[in-house]
Amino acid sequence: MTELTMAKALNEGLRRAMRDDDKVLVMGEDIGKLGGVFRITDGLQAEFGAQRIVDTPLAESGIMGTAVGLAYRGYRPVVEIQFDGFVYPAFDQIVSNVAKLHYRSQGAVKMPITIRIPWAGGVGAAEHHSESPEAYFVHTSGLRVVAVSNPQDAYVVLRQAIACDDPVVFFEPKRLYHGKGEVDLDVDLADAAPMGLARIARAGSDVTLLTYGAQVSTAMDAATVAEDEGIDIEVIDLRSLSPVDYKTVTASVRKTGRVVVTHEAAREAGLGAELIASVTERCFYHLETPPVRVTGWDIPYPPAKLEKNHVPDLDRILDGVDRVLDRPNSLTGVEL
Amino acid sequence: MTMVHTLTPTADLKTDVDDVARLLTADGERIHDSDLDGWVADLDAAQLRALYRDMVLLRRIDSEGMALQRQGQLGLWAPSNGQEATQIGTARVLRTDDFAFPSYRETGVVYARGAKPEGFLRAWRGEAHSSYDPHELGTAVQQIIIGAQALHAVGYAMGIQRDGADQVVATWFGDGATSQGDVNEAMVFAASYQAPVVFVCTNNQYAISEPVGVQAKAPIAGRAPGFGIPSMRVDGNDILAVTAAMRWATEHARTGKGPAFIEAVTYRMGPHTTSDDPTRYRDKDELERWRERDPLTRVEAYLRSIGEFDDAFAAQVQQDADELGAAVRPTCLAMTSAPALSILDNVYAEPHTGLDEEKTWFAAYLDGFAEEAQR
Repeated sequence: MTELTMAKALNEGLRRAMRDDDKVLVMGEDIGKLGGVFRITDGLQAEFGAQRIVDTPLAESGIMGTAVGLAYRGYRPVVEIQFDGFVYPAFDQIVSNVAKLHYRSQGAVKMPITIRIPWAGGVGAAEHHSESPEAYFVHTSGLRVVAVSNPQDAYVVLRQAIACDDPVVFFEPKRLYHGKGEVDLDVDLADAAPMGLARIARAGSDVTLLTYGAQVSTAMDAATVAEDEGIDIEVIDLRSLSPVDYKTVTASVRKTGRVVVTHEAAREAGLGAELIASVTERCFYHLETPPVRVTGWDIPYPPAKLEKNHVPDLDRILDGVDRVLDRPNSLTGVEL
Repeated sequence: MTMVHTLTPTADLKTDVDDVARLLTADGERIHDSDLDGWVADLDAAQLRALYRDMVLLRRIDSEGMALQRQGQLGLWAPSNGQEATQIGTARVLRTDDFAFPSYRETGVVYARGAKPEGFLRAWRGEAHSSYDPHELGTAVQQIIIGAQALHAVGYAMGIQRDGADQVVATWFGDGATSQGDVNEAMVFAASYQAPVVFVCTNNQYAISEPVGVQAKAPIAGRAPGFGIPSMRVDGNDILAVTAAMRWATEHARTGKGPAFIEAVTYRMGPHTTSDDPTRYRDKDELERWRERDPLTRVEAYLRSIGEFDDAFAAQVQQDADELGAAVRPTCLAMTSAPALSILDNVYAEPHTGLDEEKTWFAAYLDGFAEEAQR
């Protein structure tokens, strides 16, 4: 085990994937000499050369569309989108071609493309640099969507995504890039939890708290505080947003009878809506109270100095926990 | 490096259709073009007759497709009538190990790449989203999203570079597609990496109803040099000129000189697809003017003038077309739909628990009907 930041774990994951398979190549803006704006590809061009760590023109649709052609040719492109808010110009290629070509060709053409996206807020960034577009991709059949929350998962799930024959949208929470954690670099991927499996980040018996990405750490903090009040929260790190591991989720809900979902993406038609609908369909008679969403507001991402009002913090999560526990709600007292 | 025939901006592209490189006049008279002549110096009458035969067969496929759609046997058809020289002339230059990225209209490319009737019918009948295995034909799934395939072609060409192979990629798109970001981005990427790709812009004068003047105020071939890509503007109804241009372009790409661009100036004689009515946006005179430039009669006239087109050959080609036409219809009518449950197949290459669950549910639902039918 080695203590690494998530950024370094991702860097190491790319390095090993490229060493293992010479069909793997990485494409993106500023990923060569600069090593990427977040340094995730630091040092890789020196090791693998410009043919495999490919600095591209500044055109996201171009990056994604050429990755499709490389996949046709048998390559396994890893695409770096520089920031979450810049993925939209590539959206057409992703939903119309990357997601659908295996289906359109009746399985003849594989699209093993990994789309890495530095994701979400909390780092004081400029406009368009803190978006949470995950629901668009989860809604697109043919894509797999994952979101990592710690260095070990970042390392393992990235390598699983690259090895997967399906296209994978891989969300990397920017505000966790420099958080450290123990990473087993020599982990046998065959023994690791499969990419689609959720992780019980903290076992508990009173409330199931579903979340993913950077919100996992906020949820864990909330669980620690709640423990002082005698509330035992089970935190589930979904890891995979498509598919969702409903086996793990429903087992937890059947145990606790109460569900809170938290994410920083906006509420309207967000992942929370989908998770609660699915949980309700599966576990209606196990639910003690209506499930609750604690999400970002239905607004464009706010300016950096105000973002703390948008991203659900520990108190807003605990407010949601109070509501599913039918406790007098000290903060809002209102049902949305 | 630039072979562009003209860069002179013109106010009205519709008056500019004669400002192209060609080797055969509309009457089939062989004329000379110093840029093109050398590229077809070895092309003998037998090869030209083979190209003529391909064009006749393509026109027959097209008329069968139109008829089958009108009879309700195909959901839609995008006719290639009038564009035979552009499609056959470009596709026949490719080697079998090269790769093609056509749009939905390039039936002739798919035919030239070796597709049998089912290979150009199944998708139009609505039985599947593609009609052939892309790897078998060296031809990507035909693209409907306008211009998206230009980027795929460049990506594939980048793969060829990494493999150290001497293959090339060709991609076809229309005049309308040149307004898309993807086509422009494709040219940026291709030039930047010097990828072995040939862009074939089939300028058939219309994007559904919009004349080319809505997309461009100067000849489209004039854009490529701005990206650092040499281009040619050729008569797309002249099989000799198209073949020459494509030979130049593929040779350029194959020998490591990077991408090349061809604007084939032609005309779509029919509707955009069987769903639109071209009489709403085109006048009869224009159609008649283009009928006089027919790519088939032109090469026939030329072959006749040099004594290489006789009644026996004409009869043989007619018989081949009849045989192909006779095969198209039963192939279409004999198609059977895949089972209901199969619509959930191939969404993912590996198991996906969410979709697998839906499949289980749908299978049980379908089984319910089967049990009911037995009662």
